[in-house]
Amino acid sequence: MKHLTEYRDGEKAKRLAGEIARRVTRPWAIMEVCGGQTHSIIRNGIDQILPNLVEMIHGPGCPVCVTPLDVIDKALAIASRPDVIFCSFGDMLRVPGSEGDLFNVKADGGDVRVVYSPLDAVKIARENPDREVVFLAIGFETTAPANAMAVKLAHDQRVENFSALVSHVLVPPAIETIMNSPGNRVNAFLAAGHVCSVTGFDHYRPLCDRYKVPIVITGFEPLDLLEGIRRCVAQLESASASVENAYPRVVSEQGNVAAQTLLDEVFETTDRNWRGIGSIPQSGWRLRDTYRQLDAESKFDVSTIRTQESSLCRAGDVLKGAIKPNQCAAFGTQCTPRSPLGATMVSAEGACAAYYNYGRLVPLEAPNKNVAEQA
Amino acid sequence: MEDDKPEKRRHDSTAHPIEFGGAVCPVPLQDYPKIVLGHGGGGKLSGELVEHVFLPAFQNDHLNRLGDSAVFQATSLQAIGQRLAMSTDSYVVRPLFFPGGSIGDLAINGTVNDLAMSGAIPLYLSAAFIIEEGFPIAELKRIADAMGAAARIAGVTVITGDTKVVEQGHGDGCYINTAGVGVVPDGIDVAPNNARPGDAVILSGTLGDHGMAIMSVREGLEFEAEIQSDSAPLAEMVAAILRVCPDVHVLRDPTRGGLAASLTEIAASSECGIVIEETRVPIHPIVQSACEILGFDPLLVANEGKLVCMVPAEFAVAVLTAIRSDKHGSDAAIIGRVVAEHPGVVVATTAIGASRVVVTAIGEQLPRIC
Repeated sequence: MKHLTEYRDGEKAKRLAGEIARRVTRPWAIMEVCGGQTHSIIRNGIDQILPNLVEMIHGPGCPVCVTPLDVIDKALAIASRPDVIFCSFGDMLRVPGSEGDLFNVKADGGDVRVVYSPLDAVKIARENPDREVVFLAIGFETTAPANAMAVKLAHDQRVENFSALVSHVLVPPAIETIMNSPGNRVNAFLAAGHVCSVTGFDHYRPLCDRYKVPIVITGFEPLDLLEGIRRCVAQLESASASVENAYPRVVSEQGNVAAQTLLDEVFETTDRNWRGIGSIPQSGWRLRDTYRQLDAESKFDVSTIRTQESSLCRAGDVLKGAIKPNQCAAFGTQCTPRSPLGATMVSAEGACAAYYNYGRLVPLEAPNKNVAEQA
Repeated sequence: MEDDKPEKRRHDSTAHPIEFGGAVCPVPLQDYPKIVLGHGGGGKLSGELVEHVFLPAFQNDHLNRLGDSAVFQATSLQAIGQRLAMSTDSYVVRPLFFPGGSIGDLAINGTVNDLAMSGAIPLYLSAAFIIEEGFPIAELKRIADAMGAAARIAGVTVITGDTKVVEQGHGDGCYINTAGVGVVPDGIDVAPNNARPGDAVILSGTLGDHGMAIMSVREGLEFEAEIQSDSAPLAEMVAAILRVCPDVHVLRDPTRGGLAASLTEIAASSECGIVIEETRVPIHPIVQSACEILGFDPLLVANEGKLVCMVPAEFAVAVLTAIRSDKHGSDAAIIGRVVAEHPGVVVATTAIGASRVVVTAIGEQLPRIC
């Protein structure tokens, strides 16, 4: 646990916050891309010890939140089939589809199982040769290698009753979309450390150069986040923009080459719909043709799914950083973790759930300030 | 029965009629190594199960009389206090045996602790078993023996019981319900709505041990060392607390829902706020690691041998010392205080000096994706 406690030191955190406060002269908006970072910021109250001039905007990096509604609906349809054992990471079970969630399917008799590794789903497939076993393969570049490994293993070992419902998403195209959006207020990015541990960070340089935006690879503990923010502010105040690695104990420039090779073998890039945001070109991964027989979307006929999103939910505006969760009219009233309208209220990493769970006593100055700035 | 060797017997039971050393009844148990529907039918098989499994495990005259109900004297109770406390709980844990305990320990300790949390001295328990057809009798015996041992340690007597058998596929091995009666000493007034601003909040030990022990066994997760459940009876600890501070305001055992649920319920019913300092909450390093890996909040994880109490600040040190003197309280700590501000809301101050609201989980915590 030493590795955690030493990055949660209160005194060092205050010193870093002090350095940031001394350095900052103008208002800056910094987006933490990853939902894990949002969770840590709100849980630890990092935004509370930052100077008022530094505003954290919560990005679209919660895999649960951005998985498109049609994929959730397909998952619900497949999981409802009596011949299927449906395997998923735990926090996908409560994500609302057009009608209900995977918990509802389970309560209605569907065989829905929580797994901790996609390889467990392959094992379940081997143990149940007379059933179809489907794994919901979602997430960013972080979870993709293990999912790719499961697909490859099932393919190579001819586990024919295994398939994956794939909806992977990629960080760099999302950053590009945010920078291109007309109302963009983001001045700098904290890039997600875990994603970069797989991919490295070479491909962030073109983004940084094109948009003149500082990108700092950042971890998840309080001191990691404060160091990332400190470096962003330092770059912004000196009018420079570069890619910096503030998480070198985990991330190397080239990333995990073995994982990248595997990813390239199993997946190819594709346009992907992001829940609440819309379609982003070349922002996802799907299975290559070699592995197409393991694609649950081809195996089960789910092409006629019609989706129905809540008209009240403004998760898209939250994910793009246009509003804070508690500026949505439905926040905490029609939409709570108990009955979420959008996925951002479900996962612990979702900005809305993080606000609801940890932020109810946070003073409301921050959202008011944003409204003023937008007006 | 103390010298029983359950492991050995379990092995033997698959091949031979079961013979329990020291059994009180000379009539041999029919040669069923597993529970059949007839064991719940109220006939000869039921009687044999009681005589060979439950009576030896619980060993007391009330039970031995096998009446439809147990009758006990109230006069001796009245010497202690005029008020009785009663509680019931059902136990459906999977797996039935786990590091640090079994469903048997839980079924005794859970009800003992529920009684103790109202300041009562736990005295008598009932035990009802719902057993799935096909369940090994040797395992039932292990469970019953664990209950008997736990009852003796906690100083309670299981004086009445019931057994039902459900068809295979209609249960999960064995479910147990226990109910308990205790007597509340005169002058003691412990209740969840008694917290007062200024009270110290004291936790009796590390958080999350039971929940993460179950989680790691159930899901086959391996950590650097085995996580042990904290299942333990707390009546002695409560008695020690009441001796140094009869004016304890609130006692609570943070079981399902964890400390977060207990504190938010207390804050709501007492119409006070509660502030805890996150860095003062004791958490075993392995449990902390397991929680980090799964994305769990230790404040929300179940405990089965911990209590949290609210006491007037001037008694805080004395109560802390009393808890630490108990064998289940060595890691106790003062973790926070009751405040008049933000009634109904529990706030945690974080390691970096900020604060957040502590909320309860909607249902079970879900492992995070990454």
